[in-house]
Amino acid sequence: MLSPVNVSIESLNLMTLVPMLIPIVGALLILVIDLFKSEQDRSLYVMLSLLILGVDFISLMDSASVFHKNGTIMGVFDVMLIDGLAILSQFIIVGASMLFIPLALTHKRFHEFSYPEFFALFLFMIAGFQFMVATDNLILIFVGLETASLALYTLIAMHNRDKSFEAAVKYFTMGALAAGFFSFGSMIFYALTGSVEINQIAEVLSANKYADIGFVLVGVVFLLASFGFKLSIVPFHTWTPDVYEGSSAALAGYMSIVPKIAAFIVAMRIFEFLIHSGVVWLEVILYIFVVMTMTLANVWALVQTDVKRMLAYSSISHAGFVMAAILIGTTQSNSALFLYWILFSFTNLGSFSMLWISRQKNLPAHQQSDHSYNKFAGMIKTAPVAASIMALFMLSLAGLPPFGLFWGKMYMVSSAITGGYTVLALIMVLNSAIAGYYYLKLIVYMFMREPIMEDSGHIYSANATLPLKTIIGIAAIGTIFAFLAINQLLEFITMFVYNSGY
Amino acid sequence: MLDHILSILIFFPALAAMLGFVVHKDSMRSYGVAVATIEFALSLWLWFAFDSTVSGMQFMEQIALVPTFGINYIVGVDGISLFIVVLASFFTMIGIASLGETKDIKNLIITLLFLQMTMAGVFSALDAIVFYVFWELSLVPMLYIIGAWGGPLRIYASVKFFLYTFAGSLVMLVGMLFMAYFYFQATGEWSFAILDWYRLILPESFQLWLFAAFFMGFAIKVPMFPFHTWLPYAHGQAPTIGSVILAAILLKMGTYAFIRFSLPLFPDASVYFMFPIAILAIIMIIYTAMVAYAQKDIKQVVAYSSVSHMGVIILGTFALNVEGITGSIFLMIAHGVVSGALFFLVGVIYDRRHTKYMSEFGGLAHVMPRYATIFGLMMMASVGLPLTINFVGEFLSLLGFYKQSHILTLLAGTAIIVGAIYMLAAYKKMFFGVVTKEENKHLPDVNKRELIALIPLAIITVWLGIYPKPVLGTINTSVESVVSLMHEKAQTQEAKSRIPNIAKEASAAKNSVEEAH
Repeated sequence: MLSPVNVSIESLNLMTLVPMLIPIVGALLILVIDLFKSEQDRSLYVMLSLLILGVDFISLMDSASVFHKNGTIMGVFDVMLIDGLAILSQFIIVGASMLFIPLALTHKRFHEFSYPEFFALFLFMIAGFQFMVATDNLILIFVGLETASLALYTLIAMHNRDKSFEAAVKYFTMGALAAGFFSFGSMIFYALTGSVEINQIAEVLSANKYADIGFVLVGVVFLLASFGFKLSIVPFHTWTPDVYEGSSAALAGYMSIVPKIAAFIVAMRIFEFLIHSGVVWLEVILYIFVVMTMTLANVWALVQTDVKRMLAYSSISHAGFVMAAILIGTTQSNSALFLYWILFSFTNLGSFSMLWISRQKNLPAHQQSDHSYNKFAGMIKTAPVAASIMALFMLSLAGLPPFGLFWGKMYMVSSAITGGYTVLALIMVLNSAIAGYYYLKLIVYMFMREPIMEDSGHIYSANATLPLKTIIGIAAIGTIFAFLAINQLLEFITMFVYNSGY
Repeated sequence: MLDHILSILIFFPALAAMLGFVVHKDSMRSYGVAVATIEFALSLWLWFAFDSTVSGMQFMEQIALVPTFGINYIVGVDGISLFIVVLASFFTMIGIASLGETKDIKNLIITLLFLQMTMAGVFSALDAIVFYVFWELSLVPMLYIIGAWGGPLRIYASVKFFLYTFAGSLVMLVGMLFMAYFYFQATGEWSFAILDWYRLILPESFQLWLFAAFFMGFAIKVPMFPFHTWLPYAHGQAPTIGSVILAAILLKMGTYAFIRFSLPLFPDASVYFMFPIAILAIIMIIYTAMVAYAQKDIKQVVAYSSVSHMGVIILGTFALNVEGITGSIFLMIAHGVVSGALFFLVGVIYDRRHTKYMSEFGGLAHVMPRYATIFGLMMMASVGLPLTINFVGEFLSLLGFYKQSHILTLLAGTAIIVGAIYMLAAYKKMFFGVVTKEENKHLPDVNKRELIALIPLAIITVWLGIYPKPVLGTINTSVESVVSLMHEKAQTQEAKSRIPNIAKEASAAKNSVEEAH
């Protein structure tokens, strides 16, 4: 006979689930509305999603203040783990989603946005990512990861072009492979330690002094490969440019930010204790991955002829740059990761949105791809404001002060120096110098070449509507005036990271 | 208002540039001139309010920017930076006033005003990160000026300029972050304030590495010998106004930064690297002088001669004594005036003939007598004729280095003779003889707009050549405090002996005076 489980509701701490439940309930609500009255205008769904995400954001602020007072909270049979990392990353996830969702209100009609399912899936995806970061249970991480990924594959495919099907299938295949790797890795760790909780795995492993180092190695390799796919670390990056090219520019920008921060958090939780375990080869493997990702992605970005593909490679390189934070593994570097990613999300969403508003419905005959460099030639003559904003984003991505990303870069390099990785710091800055070239290339096309498009600058804002312009305006202001907010951000982030023990 | 004059000097042009987008393009030139004149008047006011007996920083302002990480907006000027700030606003003013007819003049003037902001910022920043911000930001307007208004190879030249400098300064950024980390280790607090860093005494081995990191950034900017290859392209392709600002002000950022950062922060390393750098500087002087002699294009001659003279500035800086450093700062100003003027002059003839080949000219002295006179004066100043502005700086720089090494100074001195050869040869080719080309027979002489730029420069050239004291005295006061700081901080025996002890010298001089009584 099973004895009745006796658990008081209070000890479950169901409040920890609230931030994830809000988007799920919201998604169901959208589906229900569709049941009652279908064929509604997309603006309804956009605004509803925005509201739901806003509520989600507020509930996050609430849990942030609870964390500030009481420290880390566990809940729901200690499966949920609400620590500083979870809260900070959820802020980024929800915040970036709020910046993304109004991009659906384009001037031209893209049919994916007319389905309520798009928005429902979008909200489910966010809930998945939130679960992923707010736990250290490998099973729940897996569930969150798969929920989010499956939703994302569908969102890509809904763009409904030949290339987007290709992209979705490619992403799906790679994602399935990554999921397989992840479950294998988790299985090995479970076999070694008898637990699926990362902190208990760490305890058991350090208690027996990494006796089964061979198995740990195999497990780490599987997990690393899995995160390699998700974070598009070289050599697991090959899907990234194709998938970005196939999906709409807005979604590509979103993919370069939100799924990656979620994966970074999990990687940070898993590799943090492994790095500090004193096992040298792990550090070496990670070091090699970081340097390869930064450098090779940069070199590939140099030779691209399409701006979107260039940005795809550049976002791989940025991911490698941020991966260095996990390698360094100090409080400063982990804070730098968050600072970098917050600033990066403004700038990168901005630059992808600039591509998005210049997107034509159908590809003109003389153009090879949607966003070739040639399309932007002489933009300063025909659309000076758009060109200046685009240039601003490029300069920020290149790490030119005082624009947003410079501060993230600077703090990251500083954390490398403080952590004793001087050579890494030099490699990081030299990579920034290489990256300068391809960002500059777009500026050269925009500002120094003669226009080759005959129509007078209209194509650069063909898709622009007030909501899109607002988003770009927010991104631009965030990029320019970042230096005013760095201090508060840094204090806030450092406190949260430090208090959760990273 | 005087308390915030530096911030006003920095941000007034930026604000004006922003408002400039609204101004109609026909009135843009007047708007630009008005703004630049106000800016220049403000900088003159700064000079008059400056107390030249005080050696430390004046007009300091401090605003917290990222206090958790020790980054603050700190600005201030001393005798070292004061004149370069004034010179920058002066060149922006005459540069805008004498602009010829070009396309997109509105964008050009807005860009120049942004550039003025960054120049004022670099020379008055007293926080390493704020310095770095302006230092990097100055690349963008220059990139645009070369890339949009330049010659046929403009894109290559501008991208090369940008990337070269960008890469060098990123290495410098690593050095800065390291420096802040050392400060953090020593005091438990982050700080990027240069004046805080001055108090830090580093072990020699660290100094060497940090010196090398900063050197990468500065040497590329100057540009010193193996890193100079971007400059001829940049000058060759840039429009006149671009070359003028580049040669007169932007290159000085590198030499100024040597004096502001490298010398006082790393005195032992400065002594350690003194001879290698001096040898590089002498190679730079001799080699570029010879290259200049081989050029067919007058603008390249001026460009290479400008690099050559930058070598003398470096040599003076690394004399590490009061005469040398004072001389090199004075020479920075002199070089700014003279090479700026020479680039203006090349621009004048280019506007008329659209060629820069010297073989296209000849006998211009008959056709354009006023032009020939001013060109002659500037050329004489460039070769260092006594009673012109360059002579004072070159003489002091070489005198300073003579105390460190006789033979190297002698070599550098001969190079100045080579300088005279190529300059005089170029002048002969262009101005003397008979007018051979038909097109040259009826060239108009310099017009009023061009004279606006050239006359003040000619006056300064002669005035400061004859009576350099108002500038030299102020510089000297601040340099003395830098040198005595270096002497105090120096740890190795070699460094103590190479860097003179001013306090001792002063007291010795006083004693001898008393004995004489």
